[in-house]
Formats: sequence, structure tokens, C-alpha cells
Amino acid sequence: MSHHTLSPRQYLILGLVSICAPLGDSCLSRGMTAMPSISLAHPGALIAAVFTPWIAGGIALLIGFFASYLTALSWADLTFVLPATALGNVVVALLSRFWLHETISLERWAGIVLITLGVSFVAQGPSLTQRPANHQPEMEEASEVQPR
Amino acid sequence: MTAALPIAPAAAPSPWIAAAMIAAVVLTSTTGEVLTAAAMKSIGDLDVIRARSGIGGAIRAVVTCPLFFVGVFFLALAFFALLLALNHLNLSLVAPASASLTLVTNAVAGKIFLKENVDRRRWAAAVLVCIGVYLLAH
Repeated sequence: MSHHTLSPRQYLILGLVSICAPLGDSCLSRGMTAMPSISLAHPGALIAAVFTPWIAGGIALLIGFFASYLTALSWADLTFVLPATALGNVVVALLSRFWLHETISLERWAGIVLITLGVSFVAQGPSLTQRPANHQPEMEEASEVQPR
Repeated sequence: MTAALPIAPAAAPSPWIAAAMIAAVVLTSTTGEVLTAAAMKSIGDLDVIRARSGIGGAIRAVVTCPLFFVGVFFLALAFFALLLALNHLNLSLVAPASASLTLVTNAVAGKIFLKENVDRRRWAAAVLVCIGVYLLAH
């Protein structure tokens, strides 16, 4: 593993990756629990929900997450960005507990920790996206696809 | 089910309904992600396309691929399935369960449909995640 020296701006992007998604999900949850119970018989209510303030705010935050996630992936390996998203599981638990006032049992805390460990565990392995860089794509070669 | 414990404050749906709601999120988002990944693979290296025909050419290559839009359609379905799940279930259950199970199903789907290489470490992580989700539901 090579050493990464990140600029403050890159730390900010990684911070946004782990904060925006949980915050967006919390806004969605806040908006959806405030709505009356929706059944599959009336799917139109789900589309109408998109235009309520909490849901719209949640969508904006999730777009922000996606943008910062893609930005991070442009200069870092997926394996480097995944722990930032795994941290989001912990943030979402804290937001559920202290902002949405959900009761989280000991077992559920254990589950959240286990999932976070599992995702970080994946992140330590080799990235699936890494390919040997010996094949220089050129115009005339672009049509012949080589396996691997 | 013996695992039926109160998870959401009022009028919590039965564990089977809850599991079905989360499964809907997981399956639609996995389908969407596999289809968009397959679409992007069929399009080819966007950097090469951009070098050849500019950013407009790269955008055209994506938006003229029907498979890409089928993928996006499933991702939109996944979003509405998430809204439905959040309407009935607690965030501290839905968010970790759907996100992590999607990770597992994506690994399986990537292996089967996209012929990706999934190493042993990733399977071990998948097992950890499944135990974690089981604990979440308690």
C-alpha cells in the first residue's frame, strides 16, 4: 500500500462522503415517518413525497454524497474510499439515536459495529478495479478487446 | 417467528413484511447497479472515447445506451422502495441493513453476471455483514 498524502480539500471531500449519506438518509427518514402510512395500493403517495421539504433536502444531500464520492474515486482507490462510507453506518446510528430518538438495542449496536468492520475488512483487500497497466489503449487497438 | 421483537415504535410491520421491504430495496438497487455497470462496460473506456470525440462524444455514448436507462430505472425504483421502507421502519434498521446487504448481493451478482473476481476476503466480509444484519433485526 502506498502512502497517501491528502490535501485539506481531499480530507474535506472524504468527510463529505461519510457525512452526507447518513444525513441525507436521516432527512428521508424524518420526512417519511412524518407521513401517514403508505401502502403499495397507492404508489402515487411515494412520488408526491419527493416534493416535501425533508425528502427534497435528503435527495439534495444524497446528490452531494454522490458527487463527493465520485470526486474521491477520481483520485483514490475504491479500497481507500470504502472505509469512509463504512463510517457512515456509525454516523447513521448516532443520528438515529440522538436526532430521530430511535431506541437502539445492544444487539443492534453490535450489528452496526460488525457491519462497519466487515466493510473496512473488504477495504483492506486488493481492489477489484485494479488492472495491470501494461495495455496502453490506442486508437487502432481500441476495437480489439483483450480479456484482462 | 421467534425473532419478532418490537423494532419500530408504533404499528411495526411483521418481521416478514419488514424483511420484504428491505429485500425490495436490496434487489432493485443491485439490479440497477449491475445493469449500469454492464452498460458502462459495453460502452468501453470513457477516457478513450473522450480523447477521440470530446466530452460531448462521451456523454452521447452514455445516453445512447438503452441498457444504461434500464439500470437507472431500477435505481429509481430502489429509491422509492427505500422511501416506502423508511415510512414503516426505523432508520437504524433500514440504512445499515440495505446498504450492507447490497454490498453482498453486488459481490454475488458481480461474480455471476459480470464475471468479476471475488476473493476470499470479500466473502469473509460478506459473512460478517450478514451476521451484523441478523443482529440489527433484534
